[in-house]
Amino acid sequence: MTTLAKYLFGVVAALVLLALYHIDPALAQEAPEALADAAEEVATLDTGDTAWMLTATAIVLMMTIPGLALFYGGLVRKKNILTLVMQCFTITCLVTIVWLIAGYSLAFTDGGGINMYLGGLSKAFLNGVGKDTLSGTIPESVFFTFQLTFAIITPALIVGAFADRMKFSALVIFMILWSLIVYSPITHWVWGGGFLADAGVLDFAGGTVVHINAGIAGLVCCIFLGKRYGYGSENMAPYNLVYSVTGASLLWVGWFGFNAGSAVAANEGAGMAMAVTQIATAAAALGWMFMEWIVHKKPSVLGIISGAVAGLVAITPASGFVGPIGALWIGVAAGVICFFASTSVKKALGYDDSLDVFGIHAVGGIVGAILTGVFAVEAIGGTPGLLEGNPGQVLTQLWGICATIVWCAVATFVILIITNILVGVRVSQAVEVEGLDINLHGEVVQ
Amino acid sequence: MKLVMAIIKPFKLDEVRQALTELGLQGMTVTEVKGYGRQKGHTEIYRGAEYAVNFLPKIKIEVVVPAKMVDKAVDAIVAAAKTGQIGDGKIFVVPVEQTVRIRTGETNESAL
Repeated sequence: MTTLAKYLFGVVAALVLLALYHIDPALAQEAPEALADAAEEVATLDTGDTAWMLTATAIVLMMTIPGLALFYGGLVRKKNILTLVMQCFTITCLVTIVWLIAGYSLAFTDGGGINMYLGGLSKAFLNGVGKDTLSGTIPESVFFTFQLTFAIITPALIVGAFADRMKFSALVIFMILWSLIVYSPITHWVWGGGFLADAGVLDFAGGTVVHINAGIAGLVCCIFLGKRYGYGSENMAPYNLVYSVTGASLLWVGWFGFNAGSAVAANEGAGMAMAVTQIATAAAALGWMFMEWIVHKKPSVLGIISGAVAGLVAITPASGFVGPIGALWIGVAAGVICFFASTSVKKALGYDDSLDVFGIHAVGGIVGAILTGVFAVEAIGGTPGLLEGNPGQVLTQLWGICATIVWCAVATFVILIITNILVGVRVSQAVEVEGLDINLHGEVVQ
Repeated sequence: MKLVMAIIKPFKLDEVRQALTELGLQGMTVTEVKGYGRQKGHTEIYRGAEYAVNFLPKIKIEVVVPAKMVDKAVDAIVAAAKTGQIGDGKIFVVPVEQTVRIRTGETNESAL
């Protein structure tokens, strides 16, 4: 708990420093007005946009099941693989219901007096959303489902951090609360008209909302739960890296729906998002591979797929704002920095983030969010970055990062305390040693 | 009769089997085993975490041969299983008191 306090102190201090920086109000006004103009013009359904968004939604769901389930499942020991897969599948189902009940409404409707921080409940249970209701040029039913797939994968990413040691009952309670208290509000801040959107924070597909958010929650969880029994002394080698390669590949393919789909249109922006996603991912995979080759003498399978995921994470916030060369640099930076974050930094700090949710998603997300402010191209996303003479954008990005980190860390911590009081978060040592699959789910992989 | 028990690298199994078959030996028993000798296992690195793997996968071949065939069989296994690298394995030869073919009741060398 004292380690956690130290981390929290660090981020709070960073936030205070940033709050002293004054965000240019002129910059903040531009984006919402442009959006409002666009909304007035288009009130008709575009079949091309709708077709693409239906497809994108399906492949983003594929990222979690089976993509993430396989990626994570292959990385744990054989005795816990079903638990990981079960957690990803359960979160998919739970969050769907939570999103219908209130999650979507809290993220994407007007919250009235508190709209800067949270949406309202006017669309709880999709109230008032019919077959013909449009969101931009696509049916709102499609927009709801597309956003749902993001709401699903974000909490699912967290499970990698506390893999091998959380109770299933605790997971169910934690994920319901986390989705409502952390995911929906932060989504509202960035995409639902909240204060980070107002501040001009650029996050095309979820660098802050999805990845920094999941990564920080993962860090808080793994510190709160403590290290796995035998961490550092027992062999915790992955059970089957072929599953992980399969999962990482499904993530990569699905990420085209994630990033190019975040254009919410079948247009030139989506096309460029797809291209930069591919470039950054390849660059990061190679970056990690070569660093590992130099440092550990062998280029590993786990290394290259970890690098690919780091690249996908880092290009996520940038994908609608940067060009191919920006993407190349973002990829290289993510591959190299996440390699060190997940190996030497993790070792030095001593936390047991089982599958490196922090080292890849939070660090990759932060690298991507900052570099979005550096490499943003006005001709592509409408906002210039540092290289085009707008250094303030980098500070705006930092503001978005810090706000996300603070709310996520504090709220996740509180949710963990509540969950711990209700059911206890961690399994007994006997269960942990024998394996979660047989003890929690009554099944094993032979 | 002697039992020739050889611990070899798994990928050498087929060459050893072929060499023993060429000598006219008609059967063998093969087991997947784990162990270590002077090679002392190896280390694996996953995202910077190093694990020492003490027991390496090997193949154990057991074949019972007439006493006069022992040297030939051992030489054949050595020739086929040798790579010159550490971890090539070992051969043990032990005496066998009795052999019975279950189907016919034949005993000793005629049962081999």
